[in-house]
Amino acid sequence: MQLNFNDESFRDDYSYKNSPGAIKRFPFPFAEDHYMYSVNIEPHTKGAQGSVYEFTFDVDEHYVSECLDKIITLEQDPGRYSALPHMMDAQWDFLELAMTSMANDYPEYFTLTKNGNVWTWENRPLDIMDTFTFGDASTLPSEPFEYMGRQMQGDFVLLDQRDGTLYSDAGIVTSQADWSLAFNTGMSWQEWHGPVPKVTELGVLDRALKYLLNLQVGNPVRRLNWTMTVNPRLDTSPENYPLWAIDRNKVNNETVGDLVNLRVELQSLFRLPRSNAIVFGVRCYLMSLKDITTYPRWAKRLHRVQKDLHPDLIEYKGMTSYHRYVIDWLAQFDDGEVLAYGSHPE
Amino acid sequence: MSTINVKVAAIEAVTPLIKHFTLVHEDGSELPSFSGGSHIVVTMDAEGRTYRNPYSLMGSPTDTQAYHISVRRQESSRGGSLFMHEHVHVGMRLKITHPVNLFSLSKLAHKHILIAGGIGITPFMSQIEDLKRVGADYELHYAFRAYEQAAFVNELEEMCEGHLHCYADSQGERIDLNALLSQQPLGSHVYVCGPSPMVVAVLETARNLGWPENNIHNEEFSSPPVGEPFKVQLAKSDIEIQVPAEMSMLEAIEAAGVKADSLCRGGVCGRCELTVLETDGGIEHHDHYLSDSEKVSCRSIMPCVSRTKGKRLVLDL
Repeated sequence: MQLNFNDESFRDDYSYKNSPGAIKRFPFPFAEDHYMYSVNIEPHTKGAQGSVYEFTFDVDEHYVSECLDKIITLEQDPGRYSALPHMMDAQWDFLELAMTSMANDYPEYFTLTKNGNVWTWENRPLDIMDTFTFGDASTLPSEPFEYMGRQMQGDFVLLDQRDGTLYSDAGIVTSQADWSLAFNTGMSWQEWHGPVPKVTELGVLDRALKYLLNLQVGNPVRRLNWTMTVNPRLDTSPENYPLWAIDRNKVNNETVGDLVNLRVELQSLFRLPRSNAIVFGVRCYLMSLKDITTYPRWAKRLHRVQKDLHPDLIEYKGMTSYHRYVIDWLAQFDDGEVLAYGSHPE
Repeated sequence: MSTINVKVAAIEAVTPLIKHFTLVHEDGSELPSFSGGSHIVVTMDAEGRTYRNPYSLMGSPTDTQAYHISVRRQESSRGGSLFMHEHVHVGMRLKITHPVNLFSLSKLAHKHILIAGGIGITPFMSQIEDLKRVGADYELHYAFRAYEQAAFVNELEEMCEGHLHCYADSQGERIDLNALLSQQPLGSHVYVCGPSPMVVAVLETARNLGWPENNIHNEEFSSPPVGEPFKVQLAKSDIEIQVPAEMSMLEAIEAAGVKADSLCRGGVCGRCELTVLETDGGIEHHDHYLSDSEKVSCRSIMPCVSRTKGKRLVLDL
């Protein structure tokens, strides 16, 4: 499959757009009319052809523009990449996982050639070719985690497992839903989930942690998370809050369908072999409400989920100021039809 | 759970009781790399029953050409180690799981104190490779009955240089745990693998000396304890199965064709946890996963190691 990569922006003029094919494969996260946090973790097994689950790391029409946006964000704030010294084994594990899966899944774009410890990596869409010695960071232009993280869509955090919990001890984070890597680096599982409402009472955190502590090499898992973002902006970081949060005030009855995007995170977790660390991948998919209404089933479902959403979640996801416009606008698409279980578009 | 098909490439009798097996990928491809302290679960198809035993990987974590495990012949065991000793031959095919590490080194430790008893030396052999690679400070204390019965002493002397301390019971040598653990710098971590009394002694000594709980690590490779045969009812599957004395409940459930999730098969990971719907209270919890209060409540059971002495056990499976 040869993709045409979009030439588009995730800031300033926001020229980001989704093709009909991208809309159809959007990982719509709602299978039911009601939403609450749960331990919605499942094996990250190969999904249907063309779906976002087909390959280990999904590469889509936004690949090149997203990687270029990541370069801008990292240039403006190098603190979006951070790695504690004991995570170097995990860095190489990450590089190996990424290069082998991408070369295997997308041979038309990526090629990895191994000659003992001397590896050559070719990334044709980004016009990169480097030969380096696996295990020797001085042979790469940057640390291995940053080197490969820059060539992938989405954010990645490396979790060290010790003391019966997981610590976020490295990360490359440029498309986050309002959380700060600089603030969270070195934090434990319980600490970085501290602000999330409801999950402690529900017991979700403890059970998910138990599950992840036993994550096995070769058996990755995934889950979907979601929020909403005004304008298709990847970098909705606390560091740049003044640049994007103000856009919430632009949402009204006329603009809501174009401005408000459903932001879905495909989160994947892999046990890394040499370091026994875990890589936590957060891949962001953005879709305007207008594009979602391409499929009436999605529009109806989204309306019901939003109408019924717990106020604590609306507040935590930063949607309080414009959420009523979302519900009112989506209402016109909801005829009350009973929808069967499932998140499929039609 | 995804498994790897391997072939036995070599078998070496290390001592009269210990055999060292070299396993390679069936199709000659590379095996996954792993971290020091990892183990695999070997599936053995014996006639009429299946054994699944966990064994520590003792080769270098960077060697992806072959895995190395050592098996001590246990006359009183459920049969897995006897099968490995008597029926597994060079060229034979086995199934193994991907490596799992429930005994990992703490990357932030200032110093690592490794304490091994007998065949419990095996996980440390891969850990030492990792410690040497990152240049970490460590001591290995290796206790055994007698030099003639001790495995890998020569290899360890070469690997560890000055870091190895051996103790032969036959010569009256014992590890003075109190002295050893009271002299370590702050930020040290202690790891123990060996027979149960030794593990208990290390854990108790470290705790009594005020070592933080997170700095004390142990791996026990006790096979599921044998016990009395009993019956269990699986409510969702609507069947009653007989668990023989030498079989774990998990193995009996699998043998009955009922799909049950599992991972470590040693009562530590929690993956195979099942909900108890009815019991007359006779559950023998052998796991290290459920809390004391959870064990008393008898609402959950880990079928990989736990059993019942009661008359009635109904599980939500």
